[in-house]
Amino acid sequence: MTDVSAPGNPPFRLSMLIHDRRYRSLTFQVIVFILVMAGLWWLVDNTIKNLALLGKNFNFGFLFQRAGYDIPQTPIPYTSDDTHLRAAVVGLLNTLIVSVLGCIAATFLGIIVGVARLSKNWLFARLMTVFVEIFRNMPLLLWILIIYAIFTEILPTPAAYRGEDAAWSMIFFDHVALTNRYTALPTIAMTNDPGSLDLGARITVNWATISFVAALTLGVIARRMIRNWAQSVQDRTGERPRTWWMSLAVMTVPSLILIRYFGLHLVAPELTGFNFTGGLNVSNALVALWLALTLYTAAFIAEIVRAGILAVSKGQTEAAYALGLRPNRTMSLVILPQALRVIVPPLISQYLNLTKNSSLAIAVGYMDLRGTLGGTTLNQTGRELEAIVLMMLTYLALSLIISGAMNIFNARVKLKER
Amino acid sequence: MSETGAQTVAYVRDTMLPAAPAPQAESGAIRWLRENLFSGPVNTILTLLGIGIVYFLIVTFWDWLAHSVWNAGSLSECREIIAATWGEGARGACWAVIRDRWNQYVFGFYPRDLYWRPTMTMGLMMVALAPVLFAPERRIRRILLVITAAVTLVSMIALSAPAGWLLFAAVMLIGGLVISERNVLWLLPFSVVFPLLGVWLLWGGSLWGPIFVLVGPALGWLAYRAMLRVLPAASVIVAIIVTLLFWLTLAGEAARDAENLLSLSIQSVRSDRFGGFLLSVTIGVSGISLSLPLGIMLALARQSNMFLIKSLAVVFIEFIRGVPLITLLFVASLLLNYFLPPGTTFDIILRVIIMVTLFAAAYMAEVIRGGLAALPKGQYEAADALGLDYWKAQRLIVLPQALKISIPGIVSTFIGMFKDTTLVTFVGLYDPLKSMSDAVRASTDWKGIYWEPYIFVGAIFFLICFGMSRYSMYLERRLQRDHR
Repeated sequence: MTDVSAPGNPPFRLSMLIHDRRYRSLTFQVIVFILVMAGLWWLVDNTIKNLALLGKNFNFGFLFQRAGYDIPQTPIPYTSDDTHLRAAVVGLLNTLIVSVLGCIAATFLGIIVGVARLSKNWLFARLMTVFVEIFRNMPLLLWILIIYAIFTEILPTPAAYRGEDAAWSMIFFDHVALTNRYTALPTIAMTNDPGSLDLGARITVNWATISFVAALTLGVIARRMIRNWAQSVQDRTGERPRTWWMSLAVMTVPSLILIRYFGLHLVAPELTGFNFTGGLNVSNALVALWLALTLYTAAFIAEIVRAGILAVSKGQTEAAYALGLRPNRTMSLVILPQALRVIVPPLISQYLNLTKNSSLAIAVGYMDLRGTLGGTTLNQTGRELEAIVLMMLTYLALSLIISGAMNIFNARVKLKER
Repeated sequence: MSETGAQTVAYVRDTMLPAAPAPQAESGAIRWLRENLFSGPVNTILTLLGIGIVYFLIVTFWDWLAHSVWNAGSLSECREIIAATWGEGARGACWAVIRDRWNQYVFGFYPRDLYWRPTMTMGLMMVALAPVLFAPERRIRRILLVITAAVTLVSMIALSAPAGWLLFAAVMLIGGLVISERNVLWLLPFSVVFPLLGVWLLWGGSLWGPIFVLVGPALGWLAYRAMLRVLPAASVIVAIIVTLLFWLTLAGEAARDAENLLSLSIQSVRSDRFGGFLLSVTIGVSGISLSLPLGIMLALARQSNMFLIKSLAVVFIEFIRGVPLITLLFVASLLLNYFLPPGTTFDIILRVIIMVTLFAAAYMAEVIRGGLAALPKGQYEAADALGLDYWKAQRLIVLPQALKISIPGIVSTFIGMFKDTTLVTFVGLYDPLKSMSDAVRASTDWKGIYWEPYIFVGAIFFLICFGMSRYSMYLERRLQRDHR
């Protein structure tokens, strides 16, 4: 037998940087790194030169100057004497308000439409298909403009509600009035106001709100404990105790007690003079934007829900029935967990899209982050670079937070593969 | 047994009874109604609800649509006609605004005597797209190209195009049809050259510009062939560098000199004259054709095992996907001047196209990454086992399958991007939806008209986007290789 010695490492030659696969990727990455750095340096250098030419600099000091403009909808106290920073925060909160409301409504509507599209009812399924196709295939901007135009052009002035035989009447048991300037909603009032907690920076939270949040949180925890207890009883005896009334009680009774204690009641808006007062007048910009975002995103969510339900094979339902599970337990234990696995990831990106699309608020003059920081503040201070960079970073952070939170949820519903 | 039975049973039927007709309730329309609309209480309620919705829609919109006016010079004239024809207080749609402002909606503020140029470009685009979209379907191509040729030529005559250009268009369109009948792949060179031709026809100026843009890759190819013998691994990079160097240094000068020697220019049109659907389609088509290759490159980069490449791709994709398109458009309109050397200005439409392309490419990359991930690992290993290098494996084995899987996602991204072209209104361009409708309303004739422009523009968008989604279904069926 001839001695076959393993070929030792050949001596390093310069051409191996290109020809040898081990070094080639390294060479390539170094070249790319140099190119990217050079590109960045070029951009930064250009920016510095351009700023110098315009006599500007890059600093965020403008955020602490007086803003000097009013914002129609302010979730936290704000006047034109406040700083640009506070205006930006108000804008961010407005973005969040419309996004959260939109996500909730779009999810509900999307689930209903998605399930209805699968219904055996020929007419209803067709109608839902038409809804989905119409909303998916036309630009969101169109829906925002059309819905806003409906509000401003077709709805009456508040004066139309005056008199005994008024041309228009309030809906929802005389609690909501639609007008061409705002939607008058009822507000919640208290007879026994516990006062507010001051968080600093003129932001206050009513103690009633805090106690409701606390009651609901405790309710959720108690419900989980009840379910664990029921599970342990089932494991021991094979019989699952009926717990739905306990769950219902821990979720609702504390809130009902709190409502009694604080004397919560609805105050309907009333027409005094030329305007509705006493209630909450929500600007039509918010309502139109919210409706358009809801309808548009719901069409996409409906398709996601439909695909998710179709993805669970029929055999799963049949197997669950064969095991003797009742239909509702089949749905909650067999179908939903599997459908959610398919539904949740695209649902996350729809929530992200909705949040980003809320920046179209500019079309109806709703003052969101784009309208304050990227709009009036930018125009007044002339600091395009800082304002846009800050705005993009805020949106980016918002997106990362939403996708992070939803990814945690996704990890929980994901198939546990072994 | 049977014998005994025959003796004991009094009567045995030896022929079949004739089949009785199915009960009334179990056949025909009634059965269909019972099964599909009234199969249970819930279903009946849903049906009634559906009928209610349809009734409401008809009651609300029927008289408005039925009282349509197509011929009027202004909104007040429209209202007079409606009142005269259908009585005082009747509602009616005034589609006359579309008729009156059709050109504005289609061409924006493009010079009136040059309307034939975008029209011809659109016709030639169909010829260029035919081999890409409908390669194996001769029948579809024939219908498409015949209709395109007829519509384009008739419109060009109606728009009083110069005879020379009319002849050029006729030769190209009919030549395209003839070649498509012989062998459609011969049209591909035209598809490659068309983007430059289209840009030249739309914006005008000297033909030498596009010609010298083409010279760049030609020189690059020569460099590639030369390097192949000396240093094969670096040949592609050298070719790219040669092309870029030519474009950046010599091309502009050469085009100017050539123009001085032999003038080949047509009237140039500034970007701010673009508007309406011309603008949407220009941005949409360029964005679509540029974002697909960029998206593929980004997806491959994100799947790469080179750390730096992968991180750069991840950062880029996540950044673009994390911000609204509107902020990117603001970067294009307000900030790009900061990032470029002092004194450079470049075209706003081009800047918007770049931003829209980057935006769509990031989404596309994620869609294609899904396709790449869905491919069984065996396919990658098989490519390795065959001894294919990275690019060959991607080109021949991985990408064809991955792209096929991602077709629905890719086309949704296209549709989303086309819808997003309406956002250019926020950087001062005349999109058909908002800016153009505002412009129409700004005139005294059409002050106060809301619904008709929106419905018209929405319907056009619906047709295009719905068409795209149907095309993706057709493509999926055509590429289906598993037999089920």
